[in-house]
Amino acid sequence: MNARRSLAERLVLGAPWLWLIVFFLIPFAIVVKISLSEAALAQPPYTPVFDLSDGWEALNRLGDLSLSAYAGLADDWLYAQAYWSSLRLAFISTLFTLAVAYPLAYAMARAPLHLRPILVVLAVAPFWTSFLIRVYAWITILKDEGLLNHTLLSLGLISEPLHIFASDTAVVIGIVYSYLPFMVLPLYNAIARQPPELIEAAADLGASPLAAFWRVTVPLSASGVLAGCLLVFIPAIGEFVIPDLLGGSDTLMIGRTLWVEFFDNRDWPAASAVAVVLLGLLLVPMALYERSQMAEAEA
Amino acid sequence: MSRAPLIVFENVTKRYGAVTAVDDVSFEIGAGEFFALLGPSGCGKTTLMRLIAGFETPDSGRILIDGQDMAHMPPHARPVNMMFQSYALFPHMNVARNIGFGLVQAGLPKVMIEARVRELLRLVQLDGLGARRPDQLSGGQRQRVALARALARKPRLVLLDEPLAALDRKLREETQFELMRLQRELGTAFMLVTHDQDEAMVMAERIGVMQAGRIVQAGSPRAIYEEPATRFVAGFIGEANFFEGVIERVEGGRCFVRLNGSGALAQALFVGAPSASVTLVVRPERMLLELMHDESAANLTGVVLDSAYRGDREVAQVRLADGSMVRVARFAAEAAMLPERGAQVRLSFAPEAAWVLPA
Repeated sequence: MNARRSLAERLVLGAPWLWLIVFFLIPFAIVVKISLSEAALAQPPYTPVFDLSDGWEALNRLGDLSLSAYAGLADDWLYAQAYWSSLRLAFISTLFTLAVAYPLAYAMARAPLHLRPILVVLAVAPFWTSFLIRVYAWITILKDEGLLNHTLLSLGLISEPLHIFASDTAVVIGIVYSYLPFMVLPLYNAIARQPPELIEAAADLGASPLAAFWRVTVPLSASGVLAGCLLVFIPAIGEFVIPDLLGGSDTLMIGRTLWVEFFDNRDWPAASAVAVVLLGLLLVPMALYERSQMAEAEA
Repeated sequence: MSRAPLIVFENVTKRYGAVTAVDDVSFEIGAGEFFALLGPSGCGKTTLMRLIAGFETPDSGRILIDGQDMAHMPPHARPVNMMFQSYALFPHMNVARNIGFGLVQAGLPKVMIEARVRELLRLVQLDGLGARRPDQLSGGQRQRVALARALARKPRLVLLDEPLAALDRKLREETQFELMRLQRELGTAFMLVTHDQDEAMVMAERIGVMQAGRIVQAGSPRAIYEEPATRFVAGFIGEANFFEGVIERVEGGRCFVRLNGSGALAQALFVGAPSASVTLVVRPERMLLELMHDESAANLTGVVLDSAYRGDREVAQVRLADGSMVRVARFAAEAAMLPERGAQVRLSFAPEAAWVLPA
C-alpha cells in the first residue's frame, strides 16, 4: 500500500470523519456541556454560558460546571422508571417485530427471483407516506370505537370493545408496525444470500424441512437477526412520536421524558443529562453489534 | 449385470414446461457398482441424479431403490447421499460438525458420532482438521469433507455431481484413483455424474451416455468406446472418423462398403443388407497412413493439414480429396513418425477397425 495518499484520496477518506465531527461529535459535546450546567431563568436557560468571544477566559469558568443534573436524575425514581420502561417496551417490540418479520423475510427470500425486487419495494412502500400520518392512522384503528373493535364486534368475536388505544400494547403495535422494514430488510438479505443447495444438502443428510430450517437457515441468518434487532431496538428506546400518540397517560418512555424536560419544564441541563445517559445505554448494544460485525468480517 | 439392481428406473419422464429433461428413461444400477452418467451439459444427467436424490419428482414412471418405490419418499428419508458440485458445506459448522450432520439427524449418541467422524476423517485423510471451518480449507480438502459427509450415513448409493470439476488437473487425477479406492473398499454403489469422458472412462465400471434426456447407451467403457450405439456416442466418447457409404455386397462375414465422396471400397466385419446406407466409425488410432507412392493403389488420398506431437502420441488432420477431414493418431512409441504438413498420404483401415452404424 502506498503510504503517501493523494489529496483526493485523503479528502474521500476524510469525508465520513468530517461528517461525524460536525454533525455528531460537536453537537454531542454541546449537549454534554449543557448537561453539566444548571438550569436558569435566562436565555439560553442555563448557566454558565460559554461564549466564543470569551476566548481562553472561558477555561477559568470550567469549575462552574456541576453534576447536579445527573444527581437530579439519580434522585428521582421517575427517570429510572422511564429508562426501564423504555428498554422494556423496546425489547418487547423488537421481539414481536422479529416474530412478524422473519416469516415475511423468509417468504420474500424464497419467492421466485423475478418477484423479489417487487417484494422488497413493497416492504419499504410504507415509507412513502409520512410516518406521522401512519401512526395517526393507527389511532383510528385501535381506539375503542375504531376499525379493529368494530370488526371484531360485528364478527361476534368480542362483546365488549378492547381497550388497546392509549396503552403500552398500542405503543408496541405502533413500534412493530413502524419499524418492520428495518427488520425485514437485513433478514431478507441474510436469508436470500444463502445458497439453496445448503437446504438440499441438509435434506439429503436426513433433515426434515423443519430440522433444516433450524439447523441451517436460522443459524446462517444470525447476523441479519442481530442487525435487524439493533436497528429496531435502538431507535425504539428513544421513540417519542409513537408513545405520545398511541400511549396512555401512564406510558412512560424516555423520549417523552426528554420532551417534557425540554419544552414543558425548560430544564435543558436535566434534558441533556437524560439524553447523555440514554446514549450511554445505547452504546452497549451498539458495541455488541460492532463486535459481531467484526467477527463476521474476519470469518 | 449379475448383481441385484439397487436403483431401477422404469420409463421415467421429467418435464420443465415445454422442455423434457428426462425422456422415458429406464436403466439400473447394481449394488456396489461404480456407475457413471456421462453427457454434455443440458442432457438431463443432473435432473436424473436429482430424481434419485428426491429433489425432483418424475412426471411419469417409477424409481425403485432396493425394490421400494420412491414416489412419496422425501429426500431426507432416502438411503442415498449426494456430494454436491459446489460441495454445499455448511459455513457455520466446522469440518467435524459438517461430517456429523447426518449422524446427528439420525439421532445417534454423541460418542458414536464422534467415533464415526474420526473414522471418516481418517478415511479421507483429513485427520486433525475436524475443528477447521470450511473457509479455512483448500479446494481439495473441501472436496474431501463433502465426500466424507456423503459417506457418513453409510448410504446404499453415493451420488457424485461433477465431483472433480473444481479441482486442478493434477489433483483431479489423484482424486480419481482415490475415489475408486474408496468405492472398492466400502463396497458402496457410486453414481458419478460428469461431462468429462476421461473421468467416466477411468473410474466407472459401467457408463450410461445421455443425450437429450435419454440414455442412448449403457455399458462398460470398452463396449462404449469400441461398439458405440450411435454416432453421437462415437463422437462424444473419444474421437471418431465417420465414413458414410452404401453396402455393395456381403461376403464371408464381411461387407464391402462403397464410400460416398471418395468412392473407395472399404471392408467391415459386418453382415448387412446390400444397398443399405451405413456409417463406418473408425477411431483415429486405427487409421493407417502411409506416404503416397503408387497413386493407382490409393483408397483414400489426402493432404496432411496439421500434425501435432502430444508426448504419448502424435495426431494429424488429413483432408481427403473430397474435402472431408480425417483424424489420425499414432502412439509415439511406434517407430514411424507421422508425415509432415503438406505431405500427400494414403489412408486406409483394416476391416476389424471399422464399426458399422446404420446411416
